[in-house]
Amino acid sequence: MSNAEIIATDPGWIILVKGLLVFATCVVLTLLAIWAERRIVARMQERPGPNRVGPLGLLQSLSDGVKLALKEDLIPAAADKIIFVLAPIISATTCFMAFAVIPVTGQVSLFGHQTVMQMTDIPVGVLYVLAVASVGVYGIVLAGWSSGSTYPLLGGLRSSAQVISYEVAMGLSLVSVFIYSGSMSTSDIVAAQSQWWYAVVLFPSFVIYAISMVGETNRAPFDLAEAEGELVGGFHTEYSSLKFALFFLAEYVNIVGVSALATTLFLGGYHAPPGLGFTESWLGGWFTAIWFFAKVAAFFFLFVWLRGTLPRMRYDQFMQFGWKVLIPVSLFWILTVATLRLLSQQGTSRTGLLIVSGVVIAIIMFVNIAFDNAKQKKKNTPRPTLSKPDFAVPELPNKGSDRV
Amino acid sequence: MPESVLFWIMGPLAVIAAIGMLLVKKAVHSALLLAWVMITLAFFYIAQGALFLGIVQIVVYTGAVMMLFLFILMLVGVDASDSLTETIRGLRPIAITAAIGFGGLMVSLIGRATLGRESVGLDQANAAGNVEGLAYQLFSTYVFPFEAVSALLITAAMGAMVLAHHQREVPRSTQRDLSEQRFRSGSLATAAGLPGPGVFARHNAVDVPALLPDGTPAPASISETLRARGDMRDSSQFQLDQVNTEVKDEK
Repeated sequence: MSNAEIIATDPGWIILVKGLLVFATCVVLTLLAIWAERRIVARMQERPGPNRVGPLGLLQSLSDGVKLALKEDLIPAAADKIIFVLAPIISATTCFMAFAVIPVTGQVSLFGHQTVMQMTDIPVGVLYVLAVASVGVYGIVLAGWSSGSTYPLLGGLRSSAQVISYEVAMGLSLVSVFIYSGSMSTSDIVAAQSQWWYAVVLFPSFVIYAISMVGETNRAPFDLAEAEGELVGGFHTEYSSLKFALFFLAEYVNIVGVSALATTLFLGGYHAPPGLGFTESWLGGWFTAIWFFAKVAAFFFLFVWLRGTLPRMRYDQFMQFGWKVLIPVSLFWILTVATLRLLSQQGTSRTGLLIVSGVVIAIIMFVNIAFDNAKQKKKNTPRPTLSKPDFAVPELPNKGSDRV
Repeated sequence: MPESVLFWIMGPLAVIAAIGMLLVKKAVHSALLLAWVMITLAFFYIAQGALFLGIVQIVVYTGAVMMLFLFILMLVGVDASDSLTETIRGLRPIAITAAIGFGGLMVSLIGRATLGRESVGLDQANAAGNVEGLAYQLFSTYVFPFEAVSALLITAAMGAMVLAHHQREVPRSTQRDLSEQRFRSGSLATAAGLPGPGVFARHNAVDVPALLPDGTPAPASISETLRARGDMRDSSQFQLDQVNTEVKDEK
């Protein structure tokens, strides 16, 4: 039985329980994630990190949350009041929605009812996650706009440009997964990875997704929308109290969300790593949830590691990287994957596939050499001496230009 | 049944938002209401079994197109709202009459239009799956219009790029160039960058020049823009020997 058929037999109260579980898991994971991030970053910077409240400082985020809620709630006089209040609500509600289509376990028994821990299984599940994420960005953009001051506005502008660009790269990296699994439903994609994880088969897609998911969630080194060194706090500069807490919650739930999607699409979802398949039946199937969350935790550790290691990118470099590197590379990769897939479906012999792969590798090497040559040439040409114009005149459009 | 409940809840909301979009003054509010109308349309598509279309509607229109709209509108600023004065007298009644007339014409025409053939029904259309059925139609019967539309969109994007393009006479100076220029130009005084406004001065506002070690003000510490606008304070009044440093008795 497919996941969709199993879910179709769920009575209403099971769906309600699943919804509550999704919400509770996300909130608890957020508290744990904040604690884990602070501890891990602290360890990387050779200091202990929060260790006073509760065992190992585990209750630190909880006490911070209570403190945040008790702070005074300010609305700036120049703010657009309705949208200022609406923005954190949009952020905090949409971030949970992506979890509706993520399969967390295989078939398990929930209060005596056979089901899978996935709220709904729609044939365009992955696109649904993208759609929800794109609505969630409205929260950040509107927060930046409605605050009525400069830094938040700059943060909001950066965020909207950044998310549009990186969503393109993210969408393109998913296309090859769709081509290989022949489906856009999350459970089908997990099922298609029973032999080989797509992180291995479609390694370039995995790398592109991993990069763009950091850009999509506004995390270091791509946290240009917040950029506390340049923009104070970026889009949430003017927010305080519970509204700020909602943005904080949304950020961490989003991180868990993109990590869960990456797990589902590239790391075999709730399946055990190769060779440990016998563990999937432990605890009546619930052990698969442990595998799932272990993979999500690994992605979260990657996020923290990046934050602890890399300096923030400059904005123009970041956009250039997205449009001039990630997107062309993913387009080329999709072309390759589609060609190979079509050839293997039409029953081309192994030699045919190898020849095509050889041609692709040759093209990559050729482009690489051409790039290196162009770089060398640019390095060797003497730079023209810069001189200030005597008076300000607009540049003539067709005057001999040496670079376009 | 659930579909009609959905319709009677979402339908009025969509219509209210659509009318509100025309009536609100701030452009960003209009854009938001339009985004909401698009999301409700997506709900309707999904409720009628067009799952793929509904989701793509949100991804493309709400996620990308409206976001670009907002991007532009945000540059206008929070307080900017449309001017509602009539520049040509009598324009408003004429426009409203024409709009109602045109709307009525369209409703009456489209309301009476027929497809020219029997509809096959949702079950048959989705027989091979909603996504597969749509893909089959797009890449068989409608492949030419589909490609034509994509060519049109690419042409539009190219056109926009050509219009916004300008050729540089000299290459844009990089961070390295600027750094070299600072060190190789006549004096090394500004090699570490210009002083910030208000440094060592009695006020740290952006229009107050920094004070140099000898107490003289440094006009170079004020932004060029402020200077061009004439918003800069007279720097001599901030010179150390001009400033009244006498401490008054506190009450």
